[in-house]
Amino acid sequence: MSRQRNEFWLYFTLASAAGLAGLLLIPVVLLLILESLPLLAPAALWESLTSAAWHPRAGEFGLLAMMVASLLISALALALAAPLGILYAVWLNLYLPRRWTNRLRPLQELLAGIPSVVYGLWGLVVLVPMINSYAPPGASLLAAVLVLALMILPFSALVTDAALQAPIRHRMSAAQALAVSRWGTFRRVLWPEARATIIGGIVLQFGRALGETLAVVMVAGNVVQFPGSLFDPVRTLTANIALEMSYATGTHHTALFLSGLVLMLITLILMFQINRRGVAI
Amino acid sequence: MPLKRKPQAYGINYLSGNQLPLARAPPHTPRGKAGTQLAVCVTKLNWRTLFINYLQQLPMKLVRTLLPAVLTCAIAACRPAPTNELVITGSSTVAPLVAELAAAFESQHPGWRIDVQSGGSSRGIRDVRQGLADAGMISRALATDEQDLITHTLAIDGIALIVHADNPLKSLSDDEIRRIYSGDEQTWSALGGHNRPITVINKAEGRATLKVFLAHIELDNRVVEADLIAGENQQVVETVARDPAAIGYVSIGTAKYEMDNGASIKLLLLAGYEATVANVQAGDYPLSRPLNLVTRNEPNEDLAAFMKFWRTPEATEIIQRHYFVPATE
Repeated sequence: MSRQRNEFWLYFTLASAAGLAGLLLIPVVLLLILESLPLLAPAALWESLTSAAWHPRAGEFGLLAMMVASLLISALALALAAPLGILYAVWLNLYLPRRWTNRLRPLQELLAGIPSVVYGLWGLVVLVPMINSYAPPGASLLAAVLVLALMILPFSALVTDAALQAPIRHRMSAAQALAVSRWGTFRRVLWPEARATIIGGIVLQFGRALGETLAVVMVAGNVVQFPGSLFDPVRTLTANIALEMSYATGTHHTALFLSGLVLMLITLILMFQINRRGVAI
Repeated sequence: MPLKRKPQAYGINYLSGNQLPLARAPPHTPRGKAGTQLAVCVTKLNWRTLFINYLQQLPMKLVRTLLPAVLTCAIAACRPAPTNELVITGSSTVAPLVAELAAAFESQHPGWRIDVQSGGSSRGIRDVRQGLADAGMISRALATDEQDLITHTLAIDGIALIVHADNPLKSLSDDEIRRIYSGDEQTWSALGGHNRPITVINKAEGRATLKVFLAHIELDNRVVEADLIAGENQQVVETVARDPAAIGYVSIGTAKYEMDNGASIKLLLLAGYEATVANVQAGDYPLSRPLNLVTRNEPNEDLAAFMKFWRTPEATEIIQRHYFVPATE
């Protein structure tokens, strides 16, 4: 009797904790929709999504250039950081002597723990002047991509590292006994087993890159335009909100909430697509 | 005698798919199937019981840990409440000044509490209109659609055009600034500077500095061709200090403060006048703005008392320390 009651409470507590975590998304989405309601009329929404002219004081709220910039920066940063992170983890686990592995691992955890404002500051003080001396103004798409890639790199290395642990424990000895090369072991034995976990983790990093604000505001230049080259300044959706939210009133305020809503929808759609299809590599 | 292996319970390791022993029998376990299983059972059950016990004790534990905190709060609440309370929100340019004035005022008048929150001029307007704040801080004059509010000028602030310290340029006319910001002038050479493309720094939409600046050079933000858009004054200074070809504009107070702290920037002469507090005070420097407190109605007694304090020598000294010009009544 009492054990059944205990089981019930256990189940109840765990279920409500899990449910709460999921339900938290609903008020957030509701708030975003409610706040951006005036601009959600089909005509106004279409105008916002297809125009690149962002002049809030003149009543022009085009988000297209910022959507493109957000996606471009995140995709390029991921394209840079993901392969490097994976290769780093492979090198760490398969090529490096074990005693060095255990000394290097805390280092990447340390890198992952650095707050984004520090990366942003580093970008502003070191990276931007460096790019500026080569192609002014310096604060640019390239600077944002590099800073973001640097921020994602330790995470993609950590995710890969963690995902490789189990297959290494269970398959490594067998592979060694068959005299498979290290790279062969990774390519044919470890990668097929760990692929889903690794790609899942890296996709999460894409969401993180899309949502990163502080570092990007500091180095991207924040000019609303389609980038003509890597050295052109751009503004992302998150930077737009961070720059103008505390100074916005009326429709301008609404348009910023619409930026948030659009950003969230982009993230959701991407996550669903990738989760559903998986990525064939 | 054949070696007997102890029977063990097995579970699935979900990472590998391997079967692993779920628990080992303690060393004193009697030999034999029944005994071992019992031991395994006990080991298995223990964790669950422990966890359930923990959950059951949780409410009591919470009470025990939270009670002191609640008591402390209650005691704190019993302390004499401040007799006079003011909430002032708004412009991030004015907030540091008002916060310091408020601290000085509070130390003179025990029992007073003035809560100063920064969040932009627009927030100041919004909070006053909604009655969330007694007064709002704005770093510009009221716009045409804000005439329902009353302004009280606290100080006057000049806006300085800044370039890198290595830029040979000394001064700019309004027309030259207009040409730079509309993209007609692409390099410094035509203006008497070095032969580099100009990095034009503008402020983000909605900032008071931007409005005052654009109104002065009579330019629409839509025709401004910026290379970089910054939010905070510090970001403008930081960028100009690291880019020899950059030009930006910030509050004179911010510029002087950052220069004192070693930023390699230079304040340009505007229409022949140096960007100094003295010139702003004399009314000669062309690009200046009032730092205002706004209220919905005539200020109440508390606010009036605080505003009277602004005119005292002590307050004047604080205002000047922030590189602002104390407003005369």
